Parts: sequence; structure tokens; C-alpha cells
Amino acid sequence: MEMHTWQKLLIVAVLSTIIVVSSTIVYFNHFAKRRLIISTTTSLYDTGLLDLLEENYEASHNVDINVVAAGTGIALQQAQNGDVDVVLVHSPSMERTFLERGYGENRKIIAYNFFTIVGPTVDPASIAGKTVQEALRCVVNYGRNLTDQSGRTKIWVSRGDNSGTHSKERSLWEIAGYNYTLISSEPWYASVGSGMADTLNVADQKSAYTLSDVGTYLKFHKDGVISLSALITEEQALLNVYSVMAVKSSIPANQSIHEQINYNDAMDFIKYLVSPVAQQLITDYGKEVYGQSLFFGAVQPLTTNMPLPLVDWIKSYAFFNGSECPPQYRNGFPELYP
Amino acid sequence: MVDVLGGIMQALQLIFTGDATLYGIVCRTLLFSGVAVVLATLWGTPVAMVLAFKNFRGKTIVKTFFNSLIGIPTVVLGLFLYLIFSKGGPLGFLGLLYTPAAIILGEALLVTPILISITTNAIEAVDPDVMNLAKTLGASESQASLAVLKEALNGFLLSNIASFNRAIAELGVALLVGGNIVGLTDVLTTAISRYTQRGELDFAIALGLLLMLIVFAINILIIAARRIKLLFEVWRSPQ
Repeated sequence: MEMHTWQKLLIVAVLSTIIVVSSTIVYFNHFAKRRLIISTTTSLYDTGLLDLLEENYEASHNVDINVVAAGTGIALQQAQNGDVDVVLVHSPSMERTFLERGYGENRKIIAYNFFTIVGPTVDPASIAGKTVQEALRCVVNYGRNLTDQSGRTKIWVSRGDNSGTHSKERSLWEIAGYNYTLISSEPWYASVGSGMADTLNVADQKSAYTLSDVGTYLKFHKDGVISLSALITEEQALLNVYSVMAVKSSIPANQSIHEQINYNDAMDFIKYLVSPVAQQLITDYGKEVYGQSLFFGAVQPLTTNMPLPLVDWIKSYAFFNGSECPPQYRNGFPELYP
Repeated sequence: MVDVLGGIMQALQLIFTGDATLYGIVCRTLLFSGVAVVLATLWGTPVAMVLAFKNFRGKTIVKTFFNSLIGIPTVVLGLFLYLIFSKGGPLGFLGLLYTPAAIILGEALLVTPILISITTNAIEAVDPDVMNLAKTLGASESQASLAVLKEALNGFLLSNIASFNRAIAELGVALLVGGNIVGLTDVLTTAISRYTQRGELDFAIALGLLLMLIVFAINILIIAARRIKLLFEVWRSPQ
């Protein structure tokens, strides 16, 4: 029987699809450099720190680092699906769950800085100079006494995206004695459900307060994108700790998903991040442009136990059972845990 | 406040100095969208031909199905494809997530309904006598359908241009299955989103201007295609 035109076209279509798919598979498996896919929290990416580390690492390694930027919650979810090899995150409580459920291992704390509560320079709720708890109470009182309770006037803007910053914000409300679910449904509270940049922009436009990582805030403030002021900084409750974890390459329940994980390069990159070279890059990043460090390397303070109050803060906030990675979540690499 | 004018000036500087990162993104975008449209044309045209030429039960339902899929939110398709291409998903073993192929396949799927709908309409609009005449003159089934396709050429081109337009301007699919990886899977829309997030507004504005330029050029092409068709008919009518 003679073949119809549409049948011929369909055969060509199927063949072309197969060519596109198979050439991609062949390219990435045989010709491209080895891929190391990193899922990172937005603050490390949006400030440009990770670009610098990537460049420095790729200069001496035959690996192509692919960075996927997402909030901590999404980053851990991608790791759980086996779609990334390394996660860079900043939410100790979520990291703990991640390790306990057996999705990651060999956690190392790599950097710290402080969250900051930013708001309009006129500071209508007068929170400047107060402790975080007092400040949040001032914000709530101010919000509840607004004349406009229709929900159009917002005085607090939240990430609302299950990121590390969002999880910190939730814990701060709880510490200040509020139920987060109730507080977040009050009319003056806005949830953006987006990255730090969007959240800062919304807070700026609405003249509202928000919790921000100091890196993204400084960058946007310096560039003149926002005019918010940092009203509360460098307090123990505002400590922000960044960690790296390798995604487990063998999970008994899900072996097939994870066997494609690039575990060797992941571990090599983790060793690089805690090396003196990378730690120095982290601490020096942005000093010239912003007049202060955006991040501080955490390895040296933790090994030398100096400076003291800070090391204790990190330990009480981001250590699990007195260790940055309890032995049951380690897999070899004793040099990482002296 | 944002310095809009300064941003635009810097953006223009980037465009005219031929910044490599900028034009890398443009080339990738054109390549991905282009291949996606070719794929969609290859598998969409046969479906359109069957829909236009053959009569079968439920034909209206199939046509309505494709028509309503035209408006599918890109982010929904992106999520759906992420779940399929993720290592835990049914096609995870192919390792396509966060590769250009994932974006190309995703965008091809995204534009298939537009392509099928416009092409079907174009073929149906061709006078049925063309088919009959060709057959009377001794053309085979295949040759006769080709004759009809030639008559529907303008509609066919329109469907391609509209598909390209949709592919190049979409964000959800490229972001979710491509991962917006610098130098590998970032396209105009996702890169605009990234540079805005990072406060590098000059880059975002430059990319935005180029994207608009491309979209305008495409729409001028559509108008030109219609003009040509008009001229063609004027030229043919005295015969």
C-alpha cells in the first residue's frame, strides 16, 4: 500500500525526536566535561559569591559546575528527587530532617553571616535598636493599631516560599511568642512566595518591614534598587549559617534514582569549599564594593574555637548533637571532621 | 529608586558592544525555539492533515482538545515535565533534566496545539475542489494532499511563526526543566528573571530589549506574509 504524506512526516518526526534526545544523552555522557549540579539557596547565588567560587574551582578541575538557584526548601526537594549532586542551604532544622531521612551526608558548615530586619528609614513602628523579640512585638502592635485593617496596608512582607530565610522568620515569630499561622493571616502581613529580591522590592514599594539576609540586602541597597534601612543587625537570634551536603548516591529504597549522582565530584567540591583558599574567598567577597564582608568563612572559627560568643552561637544554632555532622551521617572522609 | 535611564543607557552599550554573554543567550534562545518549532511542525502537521482530511468519530472533540490546550500555562506544563524528567519520574533514566534537550522537547510540546490548530484551519480553508481536481488530473492521494498543503502555505507559515513567538516568549518550561543554568540552559526570559533577581538591571533591560526586538520582527514577518498572500491573489485573479 502506498504511504500517505502524513505517515512519512510522522516517521521523520519520530526520528528527529530520537536524534535530539539521543544526541543530548551521548553528548553529556561522553563529550561534555563531567557535570556537577549544585542546588543553592538564592542568597549565595544572587550576591555573585557562587560565581566566584565556581570560576576558581573550574580553573583547576575538569568539571562543569551547573548551578540551579532555588530557596532552601526547593533545593532540598530537588536533592531528594536525585536531580542535583550537592546542596548549599541555610536552614539547620530542615537540613537535620534531610539527613535523618537519609537523603544526604557529609554535612559541613561553610559560612555564616547575620540576617537583618530592614524597614523604611522613618521606622514608623520604632524598632531600631531593640532586640528582635521587642521589635517584632512593636511591628505587631503597629500593625494591629493601623486605621486601615482592610488588608490593603501591609507593614510586614514575608518570603513565604519555604526558604531558609522564611524558616528563620517563622522561628523568630515563635520566639517572640506568636503563633506563626495566626500572625501570618493578619491583614497587615504580606506573603510574597518568591525570592529575596522580589521580597525586598515589595517591602520597599509598600514601605514595610522584612527579614533579609544581609548579603542580598547590601547588594540591592548599594545599587540603589531599594531605599530600606537595616534596623536590627548582628544579634544571636539573627545568626545565619550556610552548610553544604552531598546527596547520597545509595539509598536502599530508591537505588535506581540515585545511582547517577556525581558523588565523587560532589565530595571533591565540598573539600574545596572548606579549604583555606575558598574560605578566604568567601570572607573577602564584596569587601571592596560594600565596605564589609557579605559572608564569613566558618571553618576557621569552628576549628580554633575563636571568637568565642560567635562559635557558641553557631554551635547552639546549627550543630546536631554537638556536631556539625553526627557520625551516622558521615561516609568516609575523616579529614573533613578532625 | 531605580535609575531607569542609566539602566537603558548601559543596556544599549551592552547591545552595541556585542557583549558575549548577552549574545550567547540570544543565540541559545533562537536555537532552542527554532528546533522546538521544527519538531512541533514535524509531528504537528501529520496530525493536522488527518484532522483536516479524514472524517472520524470524535473529530470535534480532538479539535476542541487542541484548541483549549493552546492556552496551557507554561509553568503548569513545566511542572508536569519536571516530574516526568526528574530522576524519580518515568523518563528520569534518560538524564534529560537541566539539559537543552529538555527545553527543546518542552517548548515543542508547548507549541504543538497552536501549530495543529492553525494548520488544520488553514488546510480546511482550502477549496475542496483543489483536492478533487488534482485527483481528476491523475494525482495520487499523496500528491493531492501535497497540492492542498501548497495552497495552505500561508496558514502553514503563520502557524510556524506563531509557534516560534510562543516558544521564545515562554518562561515556565525553560525555567523548570532547564534550571536556568548559566551558559547552558539560560534563555532570554529566564535570564531576564535571573538578572532582575540579582539586581543587575542593565543586563535585564538589554535582554528585554532584544527579546522585544525579536518578537516585533516576528510580527512584522506575519504582516509581510499576509501582504504577500494578498499580492499573490491579486496576481492570480485575472487568470
